[in-house]
Amino acid sequence: MTNTPKGFSRRGVLKTGLAGILATGVSPLIFSKTSWAQEFCNAPTGDAVTLGFVMPLTGAYADEGADQQRAFMLAVEHLNGEGDGGLIPHFSSKTLKGGILGKKVAYVTGDDQTKPDAGRDTARRMIERDGATMISGCSSSGVAIAEQALCQEMGVIYMAGLTHSNDTTGKDKKRYGFRHFFNAYQSGVALGPILGEAYGKDRVAYHLTADYTWGWTQEESMIKATEALGWKTLPPVRTPVNAGDFSQYLTPVLNSGADVLILNHYGFDGVNSLTQAVQFGMKDKQVNGKKLELVLPLVSDLMAKGAGEAMKGVYGTGNWDWQLTDEASKAFTKSFGAKYGQPPSQIAHTSYVQTLLYADACERAGTFYPPEVIKALEDFDFDGMGNGPTTYRGSDHQCFKEVYAVRGKDNPANAFDLLEVVATASKESVTYDPAIFGGELGPDTPAMC
Amino acid sequence: MEAILAQLLNGLDKGGAYALIALGLTLVFGTLGVVNFAHGALFMLGAFCAVTFRMLITYETVVQDPTQVTAWGTPVEIRTPLAQSWFGDWGAVLIDYSVPLSILLAIPVMLLVGVAMERGIIKHFYKRPHAEQILVTFGLAIVLQEIVKSIFGPNPISQPMPMALRGAFDVGVWIGIAPDMLTYPLWRLLYFVFSIGIIGAVFAFLRFTTFGMVVRAGMADRETVGLLGINIDRRFTIMFGIAAVVAGLAGVMYTPLLPPNYHQGMDFLVLSFVVVVVGGMGSLPGAVAAGFLLGILQSFASMTEVKSIFPGIDQIIIYLIAVVILLVRPRGLMGRAGVMES
Repeated sequence: MTNTPKGFSRRGVLKTGLAGILATGVSPLIFSKTSWAQEFCNAPTGDAVTLGFVMPLTGAYADEGADQQRAFMLAVEHLNGEGDGGLIPHFSSKTLKGGILGKKVAYVTGDDQTKPDAGRDTARRMIERDGATMISGCSSSGVAIAEQALCQEMGVIYMAGLTHSNDTTGKDKKRYGFRHFFNAYQSGVALGPILGEAYGKDRVAYHLTADYTWGWTQEESMIKATEALGWKTLPPVRTPVNAGDFSQYLTPVLNSGADVLILNHYGFDGVNSLTQAVQFGMKDKQVNGKKLELVLPLVSDLMAKGAGEAMKGVYGTGNWDWQLTDEASKAFTKSFGAKYGQPPSQIAHTSYVQTLLYADACERAGTFYPPEVIKALEDFDFDGMGNGPTTYRGSDHQCFKEVYAVRGKDNPANAFDLLEVVATASKESVTYDPAIFGGELGPDTPAMC
Repeated sequence: MEAILAQLLNGLDKGGAYALIALGLTLVFGTLGVVNFAHGALFMLGAFCAVTFRMLITYETVVQDPTQVTAWGTPVEIRTPLAQSWFGDWGAVLIDYSVPLSILLAIPVMLLVGVAMERGIIKHFYKRPHAEQILVTFGLAIVLQEIVKSIFGPNPISQPMPMALRGAFDVGVWIGIAPDMLTYPLWRLLYFVFSIGIIGAVFAFLRFTTFGMVVRAGMADRETVGLLGINIDRRFTIMFGIAAVVAGLAGVMYTPLLPPNYHQGMDFLVLSFVVVVVGGMGSLPGAVAAGFLLGILQSFASMTEVKSIFPGIDQIIIYLIAVVILLVRPRGLMGRAGVMES
């Protein structure tokens, strides 16, 4: 029995339908890459594609967020074919010709307040209300992991900003999340030998650690790196994020027998703990017959500026430095400096690069369809972004490239000349087995939001 | 031993800040009977008096040096503070000592703010329930911090301490311990001395001046003092202004220790209320004693030895002690019967 009305057969309806589709010219779309256009969250339909930038404009990492915002705006300008193009002419992939897939790049910005819940809410609003096809930003791993998980749920690509926890591309990695910035493990690899050379093999380290995912993994990586040198480690002390006054945590250091204080703090927390440690006379103190040394494993120009004199002679690591002498770094510094009157920080660099990498992946994939963009980013080899030859590893979405050991300059030539690169850890030396940090990327199934 | 002494010093300087804010808070409560949730905002406003003073004296002239070029191709800018252009070396000294000098700005500003706050808003709530006082002063605190945020931005603004007062002081040598065994930051020691000085001055003012005597009498029995023909309201208004100055000065001198930000008043307010409650509502000596007690206990709770036994104790110690004290002495350490009791 059939329910087909009189005069219509099933075969007849199918034939007529197919003929109609072919006749209206829709068929080429079905068999082309862009046929995914309507099948995923926030598929761009107009003349523009919207990117969502979530940054810490308030809170402990607000300085970083302000620079990040500058970089995002510059990246959008360059993607739209305005300005001097910045890194685009130096980028090894030559797909970026203006806009993304012929669409003008628009953007929305928001404040994550350096808090995971606020970051997640802001990102969700950008996806649901503003139609963002990609979310980027953050300068806290706690925020990055929260936003990355949201993007995985909603099927929107997440290009992380400054996140340094091993967990971001380790146990909490996600198929939709990608990190250009280096991680705590790589800091340990880059900084360990430098500390051994500068301070010797017989040291006792005291860790003050920001009490969240980044601090924990940074502490773990630094302990591993320094104990490999022969250093001893006292029981680490955890401090709340945004503590402000660290004096109660610094006071016990003085009589602990430690001769190295490792401050696993970032942003304003790093500035405060370092300057307060110097106020406690720690830079002039002798312990175990040696000078007490301070180490800030993750450091930026913005922190060095905030810490001022206290930063002089202090070792740390960085993802990038504006004083690198390769042509791409010089071009980016020139472009950023001309627009904002100051050199870009490492967070500005990574945020700018991430935006370009997403745009390029869409161009190479020929679509905004996230699974295809993911495929384009996975195991992508590129150069010309200021860190030498780089690989976006497919198995954990971590970028592998050079990492820099830096030191606070003793005699800065100007107000921006605050850090000097003292060593470069090669891409090969900071590459590790993804299995050591576990985690599952999860599916690439696109969600409809 | 040295470790314990170092933590004690740390507790004293922390306690100094708590005691100064709590002193003003309890002074307002004791005189006007108002639970002032905007008191933390006064601490923050004091800190921003220091920021404003420094901004004024470091206002710069900018000259471009065509012989030097930045990495982005523009001439290097040479910035000179006007104070230095005008007064030479004295200008540099003025900038170096901007934090202590900003007290001169903070005293009149905070007095004015305090009096305006009391006359403009708070006096209308004297006879209203405490819950309404809390709501209106809390709202006022939010308004004040948003104004500061809109003017100075959301981020902390560092205030350097004078060069001569940077670094650590060898307290060990001073008290007969071996050199370099017990050192402590000079500015923090100074802050403790400063807080003791301010607390002493407030107590002396209340104890040894006629004005203070009348205020104390008014605190004990407002109606009777009024019946004697004394305008007690005017004196209480001035006391509100003095409480604002005390909170403001605490904020000014704290700026080199913690860069001021618009919400720091709220951060200190909660702690200060706990201090006042532990000390006993309306009790000035109680507020001071509780301030130092909680500061010291918080500092000791941060010792590695203590944290290894009770992880995270440093975050809750103040509230834990408050619970214990209120269970044992419901009116706080030095609270009087009948205060905030129906």
